[in-house]
Amino acid sequence: MTPETTQSVSQHSVSDVASGHDAHAHGHAPTGLMRWLLTTNHKEIGTLYMLFSLLMLFIGGTMALVIRAELFQPGLQYVQPEFFNQMTTMHGLIMVFGAIMPAFVGLANWMIPLQVGAPDMALPRLNNFSFWLLPVAFTTLLATLFMEGGGPNFGWTFYAPLSTTYAPPSTNFFILSIHLAGISSILGAINIIATILNLRTPGMRLMDMSLFVWTWLITAFLLIAVMPVLAGVVTMMLLDINFGTSFFDAAGGGDPVLFQHLFWFFGHPEVYIMILPAFGIVSLIVPAFARKRLFGYASMVYATASIAILSFVVWAHHMFTVGLPLTAELFFMYSTMLIAVPTGVKVFNWIATLFRGSISFETPMLFSLGFIVMFTIGGLSGVMLAIVPADFQYHDTYFVVAHFHYVLVPGALFAIMAAAYYWMPKWTGHYANETLGKWHFWLSVIGVNLTFFPMHFSGLAGMPRRIPDYALQFADFNMLSSIGGFLFGFSQLIFVWVVIKAVRGGVKAPAKAWEGAEGLEWAVPSPAPLHTFDTPPEFVPERDSPSRHSDH
Amino acid sequence: MKRFALTGICFLLLAALMAGSTYAASINTSTGWNMPPGVTDVSREVYSLHMTIFWICVAISVVVFGAMFWSLFAYRKSKGAKSAHFHENTTVEVIWTAIPLVILIVMAVPATATLKKMYDTSNAEIDILVTGYQWRWRYEYLGEDVSFFSNMSTPRDQIQGLEEKGDNYLVEVDEPMVVPLGKKVRILLTANDVIHAWWVPDLAVKKDAIPGFINESWFLVNEPGIYRGQCAELCGRDHGFMPIEVKAVPQEEYDAWLASRRDAAVAEAAGADREWTMDELMERGAGVYNTYCAACHQPEGQGLPPVFPALAGVGMSVDPEQRAEHIAMVAYGKTGTAMPAFGDTLSPAEVASVITYERNAWGNDTGDMVQPSEIRDLLGK
Repeated sequence: MTPETTQSVSQHSVSDVASGHDAHAHGHAPTGLMRWLLTTNHKEIGTLYMLFSLLMLFIGGTMALVIRAELFQPGLQYVQPEFFNQMTTMHGLIMVFGAIMPAFVGLANWMIPLQVGAPDMALPRLNNFSFWLLPVAFTTLLATLFMEGGGPNFGWTFYAPLSTTYAPPSTNFFILSIHLAGISSILGAINIIATILNLRTPGMRLMDMSLFVWTWLITAFLLIAVMPVLAGVVTMMLLDINFGTSFFDAAGGGDPVLFQHLFWFFGHPEVYIMILPAFGIVSLIVPAFARKRLFGYASMVYATASIAILSFVVWAHHMFTVGLPLTAELFFMYSTMLIAVPTGVKVFNWIATLFRGSISFETPMLFSLGFIVMFTIGGLSGVMLAIVPADFQYHDTYFVVAHFHYVLVPGALFAIMAAAYYWMPKWTGHYANETLGKWHFWLSVIGVNLTFFPMHFSGLAGMPRRIPDYALQFADFNMLSSIGGFLFGFSQLIFVWVVIKAVRGGVKAPAKAWEGAEGLEWAVPSPAPLHTFDTPPEFVPERDSPSRHSDH
Repeated sequence: MKRFALTGICFLLLAALMAGSTYAASINTSTGWNMPPGVTDVSREVYSLHMTIFWICVAISVVVFGAMFWSLFAYRKSKGAKSAHFHENTTVEVIWTAIPLVILIVMAVPATATLKKMYDTSNAEIDILVTGYQWRWRYEYLGEDVSFFSNMSTPRDQIQGLEEKGDNYLVEVDEPMVVPLGKKVRILLTANDVIHAWWVPDLAVKKDAIPGFINESWFLVNEPGIYRGQCAELCGRDHGFMPIEVKAVPQEEYDAWLASRRDAAVAEAAGADREWTMDELMERGAGVYNTYCAACHQPEGQGLPPVFPALAGVGMSVDPEQRAEHIAMVAYGKTGTAMPAFGDTLSPAEVASVITYERNAWGNDTGDMVQPSEIRDLLGK
């Protein structure tokens, strides 16, 4: 796409692009494995992303269960501390970079072109490359577990100098895999921005877009802003380890705290990268099953943008105990607390959407409601963590572990599950099995709360995170957490069964699968054919957009 | 309705489990499931701040979830609810932006005041330099000529489940930090290798110990007792096994303790003035080895290659030609690795005996002895 086509794409140019691609795809489409290896189709790549993230969810989840098994009771039973540290590290890395992020990118691939009325992503071959970097990155990362000295064992935050001077030899492979995953994210983000800005169907203004598209647009900018910082910091590690530099080594004039500043300048926006698309998903599903237009569309967009901007000025709240000056502590405390305001606006808007709606409780809605409740719990513990004097007691304890798992598991992961149930009819042509879906939801809710709620208590009472063994006082809560962890983990197998069943058959879905659903994706048949919107669809402003309001 | 009942039952079940659980003796002033109020004015202030924010969060939850669940209940489609058509309301939106802002300011005011107090390290009467090592703490009482390592004292067999775990499992040390009651103690924190964090919940002190930099914090205890904590920053393999014990005692007891530490140091140094027998060296060396070396090089000297080399049967500890290199390695350490310079921190008798032990244990049998006097002369102590 050239810059000239940026603002409004004429009907002609879009159909040219679409038919050109179409001809190419039908002309000499490879079959079998090569079809998937060489595909440039956004739906196939979206499917690949999501299957990949599901695989990673189970690998990372297995590691979580190794952790929970070891912590089931005090003492060392199953693994030694060095392997335990590799498990905590790999669990975090795989869940963040391998499960949550690719799942959202997969959803973006499938749904953004369908929601903006585009025939495909703007850069289809780049799209293929972005995906196939990931299996390489994660094969490399997982291979480190079998290398001499073991895999990364310094936590997913890999603080120097533990991750440089004192790291196992496999760290160079870890750095390579982070680089590859980072390139994949940046390319994916570029593609998403190009698609949203250039390929919207004629007449669709930015403020007409679905909240999912909006949140992804903002997320993509965050990715482009911070993934290079992550690349920079791992490159500095690489130089420190192999080429005698001292970026993070005080003995050579460097500063270990510099590492943390750089890491969290990436890391905090990264947290929102993993939650903003979830906000978008919930903002579609709640109105659909409340059969009522989303309350405060414009304020949702502004709140998302505010959260994204604020995410660049709060990073040091992860570092309250490193010995920052008092003024810096105060600045980061106040800026962090401010994030509660736009986040609150979002929660209030969802509830106002429910208020005086006509609500039904299909599986996607259940996961979305679960998201709202449990994400809010995570948000409130986030406010507590922002209070510096109290944070001195919370920092690096299980209270923090509870907090971020509440926003990531019943937060981000539940939103992904909600999206999967919501769009399953569009992807497979069949509704997901409702009975199994409800079992999946309720067992997940019980499992997730049993796992993570007790962690608040063990953390407050004084249990540090990332320890393979603990004082006897924490035994009861840890046992509960472990039971919950296994329940939650095995419940996810139901989801696999649901997906397989939906692919193979089930209740056939019409084009518009849900009574209250809105959006261009429901204008194409279910399952969506491989190529859609070869000519841009006619756009009728949706009920979620203010333009409909102003038109009347 | 049934769904809500199910959720309710689950939460009640969870609550019952928690209430009915049998706690081991609490390792701090915590009730077992909440932040400990602690034993200093600052810690009590932090605790009340924590409880204030907590109750505000509970109140917010009740309002927000109340409105949400009431809407879910009242506007069910199955009960014939018809959806309304409103989708924005500027007044309402301004109000629910403003109210959280006010609540946040209410929280920020006392937080700022407490934080200022916690940052005021002036007028301290005692300065203790705290250094984090993989995986132990070292305390140096500045101007008092007293310094020592503090190692976890929980036996390995308890961790491996071979004997019953004690009440203070994993939170007990061989030599606690001792402080006098009613005196403002300033701690200066640094580290020898990686970043550690010194945390004692009852004192509401948690601060990172960073190699090459010095952080500071303070506390003033008025209640005698033993206050336990742990390293709070992942620092490698035995991060979970470097506890902290602070013992607060009356001034006289503190003075007596300082004097006894100095006497012990003199006696320890005097060990270098005499010849030691092989048996003496081996016995002392075994103790030193298990305390300072076994975590990395392993109890049987097999190491954890490639990061922590083996000592049994290979390398400089069995090579008769490399006795001097072996001594240098233990005394001066190896920069860029986890191997610290034990010559700086252990006594000549400890260094000599552990080298002797390493050269003769596990079938190494070199027959080499290293006398404490040799180490003393080498280090000029």
